[in-house]
Amino acid sequence: MDKERILHINNLHKSFDDKEVIKGISLSLYSGENLVVLGKSGAGKSVVMKCIVRLMDLDDGDISVFGTDVVNCGEVELNHVRNRIGYLFQEGAMYDSMTVSENLLFPAKRNPKLRKLSDSELEDMVSYNLESVGLEDARDLWPAELSGGMKKRAGLARTLMLSPEMIIYDEPTTGLDPFTGESILELIMEVKEKYKTSSIIITHDIKCAKRTSDRMLIMNDGKIISEGTFNVLKASKDENVKLFFK
Amino acid sequence: MAYKTHIQFSTRQFFHEVGGIAKFTGRFFKYIFRYRFEGREFINQCYKVGYQSLLLIGITALILGLVLTIQIRPIVAGLGAESWMPNLVFISIVTELGPVMFALIFAGKVGSGIGAELSSMRVSDQIDAMEVSATKPFNFLVVSRVSATTVMLPLLIFFGDFLAFMGSFIGLKAYTGISFQLFYTRAFSEFFFRDISPATIKSIFFGFFIGLISCYMGYNSGRGTEGVGKAANAAVVASSLVIFLLDLLAVQLADLLINFPRG
Repeated sequence: MDKERILHINNLHKSFDDKEVIKGISLSLYSGENLVVLGKSGAGKSVVMKCIVRLMDLDDGDISVFGTDVVNCGEVELNHVRNRIGYLFQEGAMYDSMTVSENLLFPAKRNPKLRKLSDSELEDMVSYNLESVGLEDARDLWPAELSGGMKKRAGLARTLMLSPEMIIYDEPTTGLDPFTGESILELIMEVKEKYKTSSIIITHDIKCAKRTSDRMLIMNDGKIISEGTFNVLKASKDENVKLFFK
Repeated sequence: MAYKTHIQFSTRQFFHEVGGIAKFTGRFFKYIFRYRFEGREFINQCYKVGYQSLLLIGITALILGLVLTIQIRPIVAGLGAESWMPNLVFISIVTELGPVMFALIFAGKVGSGIGAELSSMRVSDQIDAMEVSATKPFNFLVVSRVSATTVMLPLLIFFGDFLAFMGSFIGLKAYTGISFQLFYTRAFSEFFFRDISPATIKSIFFGFFIGLISCYMGYNSGRGTEGVGKAANAAVVASSLVIFLLDLLAVQLADLLINFPRG
């Protein structure tokens, strides 16, 4: 592949107490690519993602993001990398004590580049990003007033405020009805086109994987058991892989 | 055998928490000096913690002054020292009862609130979301709250002392018909700066540790709704214990520093 490699994980291991949950995972993400990590609940998908942004420390292995060794880098370098990554949490993780627009302004006002902008320029950015996710009328609402799907959209709009080059989606369709789930998947594809982002989408929803993936990895019991495009994996003879396509 | 294991586990857990709080304190001082102070959030928190406890401390203080006066008066009158009543009640409230009692109320009201709030933010990934967007949640959530409790508790204690003073006056007035001017003169007749300074200093420490411990419990809470309840509970229990320990230390230190030079 001639595209630039923006993320590389090599031989990642992670244990909680005596239980090893990640058993030597290696993967790469290339610019402009949507990589879907498919696996059952408890397979260790979220742990890997949290290690990428160092919300968790790993036991062994290497992680390089945008050429920076995030395992051994200092706080300043880590924050520099984090400013280039967006992370959409399962429930949206909207800050309860702030309205939707304040949620969007919060990271922007603390970002080294964006805090130089005037209030009106930041407000324009808020409007633009809320419009991108179809929430232009929700700017003054509180998170408690939003539905599950709206929270995810608002969380995505907050992520987009920092113009990330790479977005991690943690179970984007979990807990949503089929229609709302479908609209979120559409949004993921729109964001990829409009903002030219690369994404890792972790999910156990095969429909989500089919709609959004350029390439897929299947995780089971802390290991990657198969890799390929949706159609290649669907045709796999491996019983463990077949289980996901039933 | 099971008891022994349980005691060993609890002891280890206790020292683990003490170590955690020490590290958390170090991190607080690192952040307060290194990073931009969240002034707006600090003012917001000052308003919240002050407003939350104002009525409760006010009512408690008024009742404290009133009840203390009503209960002590017959004993003091029996000793023929009724004229010392205002001074006796005022000094006991300002130096000891007020700071400890109002700090305990503050820990119950504000400490549990901070513990529960930060813990629910942890559970719902809000703190992690701040972390991954490089917005330094420790600075925004912890430094602002601890600074607010450190500033606001001494002010609330002054407010409580004043209302307890008024409560004491109302109590004595009801029984003896004493004038406010005479009550005021007697209350302050043997009251010196050395009486109020240790109380003020310890109330600053009370405020600091209530904020710090509550933030620690919430920030490092376990996952799930059970974690939220545990964090709120632990914040109050640990803060209350620290209030008494600090009070014991402050009494010894004040005695050494103020009374020692006078023999």
